[in-house]
Order: sequence, then structure tokens, then C-alpha cells
Amino acid sequence: MILGLDFPPISHAIEWRDLFGTHGAFAINKVVLLMWLSVLVVAVFFFIASRRQQLVPTGVQNVAESAVDFVREGIIMQTIGKEGLFYTPFLLTVFSFVFVCNIWEIIPGAQMPVNARMALPMLMALLVWVIFNFVGVKNQGIRYLKNVCFPPGVPWPLYILVAPIEFVSTFLVRPLSLSVRLFANMLAGHLLLISFAVLSTALWNSTKVGAVLPGALLIGLTGFEILVSALQAYIFTILTAVYIGGAMHPEH
Amino acid sequence: MLHVLAAQDSGELVQGLTAVGRGIVYGGAAIGPGISIGIVVGNAITAMARQPEAAGMVRTTMFLGIAFTEALALFGFVLAFIISG
Repeated sequence: MILGLDFPPISHAIEWRDLFGTHGAFAINKVVLLMWLSVLVVAVFFFIASRRQQLVPTGVQNVAESAVDFVREGIIMQTIGKEGLFYTPFLLTVFSFVFVCNIWEIIPGAQMPVNARMALPMLMALLVWVIFNFVGVKNQGIRYLKNVCFPPGVPWPLYILVAPIEFVSTFLVRPLSLSVRLFANMLAGHLLLISFAVLSTALWNSTKVGAVLPGALLIGLTGFEILVSALQAYIFTILTAVYIGGAMHPEH
Repeated sequence: MLHVLAAQDSGELVQGLTAVGRGIVYGGAAIGPGISIGIVVGNAITAMARQPEAAGMVRTTMFLGIAFTEALALFGFVLAFIISG
């Protein structure tokens, strides 16, 4: 209770009833359904876009091609370079899947970003962790570990301090920060929208006039959340690209 | 003062102190990243204004810098929810 308003506790805002299937960890709820729907949306979108390819793209193909172009030119060429183009399909999938999962936040009827539960960001961050370490070992062999822990150009006594820090920050903090960044941004946006919706409803029921300001802010924040959804998908993808690029070439 | 506090229902006291702790954790965690994101974006704008042809590269690096800086504030945000009375 704040100022006479009854804000729902956080568990009411993000935890959903088990709809069907087994109970416990494998139960199917709204978030899982939205995640499956996101997979379907991304797959069907790119399937339709690539089914009848034309030289001069129109309609869906245009959108898909600009997405591919964005990932190639805006993300891979800026961070990895030419030899990173091999990872275009993976990064494009990550980008579009994260974006569709995020955008459920503002779709009426769904209004629940899938990434506001920790499970999916954590799984994707672990996947990225496996991939960039695999790329590192494949390109540099066992020297990968040495190149990570002992960056060149440091006076040798400092390695006592630098090596553990580099090890922890590369192998432990990277997946943690990658997943927590996405999760916390989406959770914060979701709670922000809920708070303003509760505020607007309460003020509309009591005074009518008082709901104008929070209602206008709610509309503005919805627009802001579209930006945040796209930005977080972009940041997740670009950090994946940076990690893969860093594993491909040792620092020098 | 302590007697008055002790006379209260201890559950309520813990609840109140938890709320205060959550506020302090997130508020404290937001100070540093708030200042640093200002520095990052300010310098990126300076760089773009001086050399508009490098704007694309600067923008990419700026978002990377923001992402790394912002992570600390978000750790605080998550930690504030983890704290329980």
C-alpha cells in the first residue's frame, strides 16, 4: 500500500498459473506458450520472406532483407569483421528471437515479456558462452586460455593481479552479466508499465481528471518500451558478436 | 527509541527495514552507472560532432560502453528483489 494504492506484489506480476501438462518445473504456462509462439513467429516470418525471392524485394522480403543487412553491416562488420560473416545466421536468429520475445511486453493480450523470467536469458547466455569458448579453442587451441588470462603488454608482476581478474571476468561474469542485463531490463520495463497502469486505473476510478497525466505517461512509456525491446535485442546480439570476435583473434 | 521499536510487531519492523534496504541497494547501485553513462554518451556526442563520418562506429562503441556500464545498475536492481526480510 503506497498512498492508498494497492500495488500487486512482484509475484503477481510475473508468475503465471500452470495451464496444462505436468506440474512443477515442466509445467506449461503463459510465458512458455509465448516463447513457443516467438519461435513460430520468427520461423514463419523468415520462411515466408525467403519462399519467393525476387531481385527487387517487396513486402515481407524487404523487411527480412533489411534485418539481415542490419545484422551484417551494423553488427558483424562493426565488431568482428569479414571473417565473422559465417556467424550471420546464428546472430540473426538470436537478434530476431530476442526481439520477438521482448516485444510481447507491449502486445495487448500478451503483455508479458518472455525475457522477464530468468530461464530464457540464462539459457541463451549459456549457449553464447559455449559457442564463444568453442570458437576460441578452435581458432587458438590451448593457447586460448593463456591469451585470455595473460593479455600482452602488461608488466609481469601485474599478472598476479590481472590473470585472476581476466579469468573471472571472461568465464564467469560474461554469461552472468549478459543474462542479467536482458532479464533486468525487461523486468524493469514490465514493472514500470504495471505501476503506471495501476496508478492510472486507481486515479480514473477516484477522480477522472487525475488520470490524464499518468495515462499520458503510460502511453509514452509504451513507446519507450518498444525502443528498449529493440535496443536490448541489439545489445545482446552485439555483445555475442564481440565475444565471438574476441575469441577469434587474441588481443595484441 | 529502541524500546518503542521492540514493542512493535517485529514482523512489521523487518518488513519496513527490508523496504528501506531495497531502496538503499538500488539507489546506491544506480549512482555510479548514472554518472558513467552520462560520461560515455557525452563523449560519444562530442566525437560524433567532431567527426560526423565516424558516427556509425562511434555509435556501436557507445552502445557497447553503455551495456557494460549499465550492467552494474541492473545487478543492483536484481539484488534489491533478492533481499527478503
